[in-house]
Amino acid sequence: MAKDLTLLLLLALPLLGFAVNGLFGKNLPKIMVGSLATGVVFTAFLLATTLFSGLHGTQIVHLFNIIDFDQLQINASFQIDALSVWMTLIITGIGSLIHLFSMGYMSHDEGYHKFFTYLNLFIFSMLLLVLGSNYFVLFFGWEGVGMCSYLLISFHYNDAQKGLVNSLAGRKAFIMNRIGDVGLLLALFMLLGQFNTLEFLQIGAAVQQNTALQGGAMFFITLSLFIAATGKSAQIPLFTWLPDAMAGPTPVSALIHAATMVTAGIYLTVRSNFLFELAPFTKDIMLYVGLATTLFAAFMALRQNDIKKVLAYSTVSQLGLMFVALGFGAYTVALFHVTTHAFFKALLFLGSGSVIHGMHEEQDIRKMGGLAKLMPVTHFTFLIGTMAISGIPFLSGFFSKDEIMAQALHHNAFAYVVLVIAVTMTAIYMFRLYFLTFHGAFRGGEALKSKVHESGLSMTLPLVLLAVLSVFGGLLNLPGLFFKGAAHWFDHYLSHSTFGLSEVHNVHLDFNTSIGLMLFASAVAIGVMIWAYLNYAKRGALAKEDAALSGWERLSAQKLYVDEIYHAAFVKPLLALSDFIGKVVDIQMLRNGIYALADGILHSANLTRKWQTGFLSSYLFWMIFGLITFIAYYILKLSVWH
Amino acid sequence: MQTASSIGTSLDFFLFVSFALFTIGAIGAMTRKNMIVLLMCIELMLNAVNLMLVTFSTYYGNGDAQIFVFFTMVVAAAEATVGLSIIIMAYRNLKSIDIDMYNQLKN
Amino acid sequence: MSLQIISIILGSLTLASALMVVLSKHPIRSVIYLVVTFFFITSMYIMMNAQFLAIVNMIVYAGAIMVLFLFVLMLLNLNKEMEPMNTKGAQLAAFIAGGSLFLVLITALKDTLILGQTYRQQDNSIGLVKELGNLLFTKYVVAFELTSILFIAAMVGAILLAKREKQIIE
Repeated sequence: MAKDLTLLLLLALPLLGFAVNGLFGKNLPKIMVGSLATGVVFTAFLLATTLFSGLHGTQIVHLFNIIDFDQLQINASFQIDALSVWMTLIITGIGSLIHLFSMGYMSHDEGYHKFFTYLNLFIFSMLLLVLGSNYFVLFFGWEGVGMCSYLLISFHYNDAQKGLVNSLAGRKAFIMNRIGDVGLLLALFMLLGQFNTLEFLQIGAAVQQNTALQGGAMFFITLSLFIAATGKSAQIPLFTWLPDAMAGPTPVSALIHAATMVTAGIYLTVRSNFLFELAPFTKDIMLYVGLATTLFAAFMALRQNDIKKVLAYSTVSQLGLMFVALGFGAYTVALFHVTTHAFFKALLFLGSGSVIHGMHEEQDIRKMGGLAKLMPVTHFTFLIGTMAISGIPFLSGFFSKDEIMAQALHHNAFAYVVLVIAVTMTAIYMFRLYFLTFHGAFRGGEALKSKVHESGLSMTLPLVLLAVLSVFGGLLNLPGLFFKGAAHWFDHYLSHSTFGLSEVHNVHLDFNTSIGLMLFASAVAIGVMIWAYLNYAKRGALAKEDAALSGWERLSAQKLYVDEIYHAAFVKPLLALSDFIGKVVDIQMLRNGIYALADGILHSANLTRKWQTGFLSSYLFWMIFGLITFIAYYILKLSVWH
Repeated sequence: MQTASSIGTSLDFFLFVSFALFTIGAIGAMTRKNMIVLLMCIELMLNAVNLMLVTFSTYYGNGDAQIFVFFTMVVAAAEATVGLSIIIMAYRNLKSIDIDMYNQLKN
Repeated sequence: MSLQIISIILGSLTLASALMVVLSKHPIRSVIYLVVTFFFITSMYIMMNAQFLAIVNMIVYAGAIMVLFLFVLMLLNLNKEMEPMNTKGAQLAAFIAGGSLFLVLITALKDTLILGQTYRQQDNSIGLVKELGNLLFTKYVVAFELTSILFIAAMVGAILLAKREKQIIE
């Protein structure tokens, strides 16, 4: 099949699933709804693999013109190149696994069809985002995923106990995303003003031809793009929505907030690499924001007690890591980490979903324990996910993190130190989570223990598949030390067919430094694993109750009070302002003011009314008076005032 | 028959008379309460204006002003007629020709 | 010189009788004084050699209109003594307004060309019937025709207004 038809079909299928499930889903049997939704996404994945195998340079597929003037043309057109196809593979591949998982997870839910409708819409929007050939289609998809995120986070808005919390979380996510979107809009306008087009290829060509572009314009454009990425990819200061977004169902957290939507910011940056290369100052900002995010988020995860919250802060921290890589200009390295992170974070989230399902909606790890025997498959896959994210050697996470640390070591020693601390903390909190959940005695009470069961096949199959990917995912981009021939496959794949990336060369350290780096990282990871085993499994340390927390632990558990700070600094003044405007300006000034005006007119009308006395003599008097004034005016005008 | 000294009448005197007549008519219209006397004062004012027009026509040697006077008289005649019939009707309604009784248009 | 004295006397007498029109207490007397005022105004017209207008003034105003006034007064028996005057304040306002009007009108004559102008009767021939007739039937003939319509309207209005209600119904 021709490539453009493949692409259009790829886009149309999730949209079709959305339409059918949305319109008729209520009346269809559940199995059909779920199979249809999963089927369209899986078919899209297969189509994407055909595109992947036949990939040859960059191809534009033009659909129709949106705006068509002489000076300005914006098209609905799509781009098939290495970057977009790879992102499509991740989205549809992991997406179909999560759809499969949801068939089992959400089977008891009333809004079953609604859930799959939103999921398909999300897939469609995300595909628009990554497949667009210009910033406009990207923006369309950007907004679409933001909306779907809102819909899905506040999915259980009717819940008796937590309905309000869910809705507020959805609203928070939407608003924070919106703040970032301002950046994207600004960047769009600036790009239009500078280049008169929004197409990636055209802008890239213009940038390459005109090497004397002003640094100032580039700085603002890239800064605005980075602000947009901050909103979507949960960097400081716009990250507090992501932990709150855990109020949504677990498949949503897995798909949107681990694997796909939050990587939109990274995608945007990689897509605009030729712009960022001209703005080194923005890259420095990205670097330091990423460093701060990864460090602080890891700190906050150390003492969280909700299984999903730990994973949420872990996501924020890992995203920070990706931005550190982007800050060094190592775009392919960042994308490699995006890929491996998608694998193991989706695995971890789905695993936690399985745990929550088995524990009958209990999410507090202080009430778990000893689940290793009760839920074997979940336990094993979760262990693999934990080891991957901590950087245990030869799993996928090890390779991607190692690349980033190599970049840091080469460019900026301070960054390297910070990264080491962050990686250590990552390993600590992940193993803490693992051991408290799966080892030791069950702490949730006997009644619950008898009901805990392993999840069904629809849930465990995706877990196993993702575990396999997490183990072998590192093969994509092996370091050049071993396997000289097959090394850095991902780097080559991406840079040969993505505009701008062929110019960028990642740093490769020499042999000794590389070995030393890898050994050090492995030592840290394995060391933490052993410490955690000794601490939690052997010694039986438990998560402390809230009252017993020490100073720094309280800071961590309370998320460094960031939410409270935001509330005091932004929300309260805004509410006070709107209160003021509502009560004072609206009621007193405007309403009373208009009433006063009307009253004034009424009064003056009453006064004027008395002039009509009804007596002829007074009328005559005023006529004569007017006549006198008239004549006097003309006399004065003609004689005195020349 | 002409002598060196001014033997003609001075025209500005007629103008003064006209102004004074007009003023007297105006004061009368504002002061009197009998409707018929009111109408007569209005006729007085009209005549004052006629006098002034004739004076100016004499000064400029132009006959147009006298034609204007002619038409003014025509209109005054028609207006007096109609005014008087209105007074008759008003008298029938309120049995009085006091102008201050007819103030229903007040306020 | 004698003409001037004559005109001054005539002017003062006009003003005196006009004052009596306004001030007299019986309405019939006001009518008589108004007729006298018309006589004197006519005499001033004659002094300015506006012959046609003088005659028309007498016939129309003093002859027709004043007779009409008298008829109405007599018919409706309105010859009562005057009702009480307006309040002193209203009278004062009327006098002040009138006085100011007079002043302003006089001031309007300042620096105009007509002041001090005299004329000699023999040189003025525009007031004659022949000349006025010429003007009336050439330049202003349309207005002349339109006045006939005006008269018809006035006649119809007057008759309709003065008819008694019962007669109309029957």
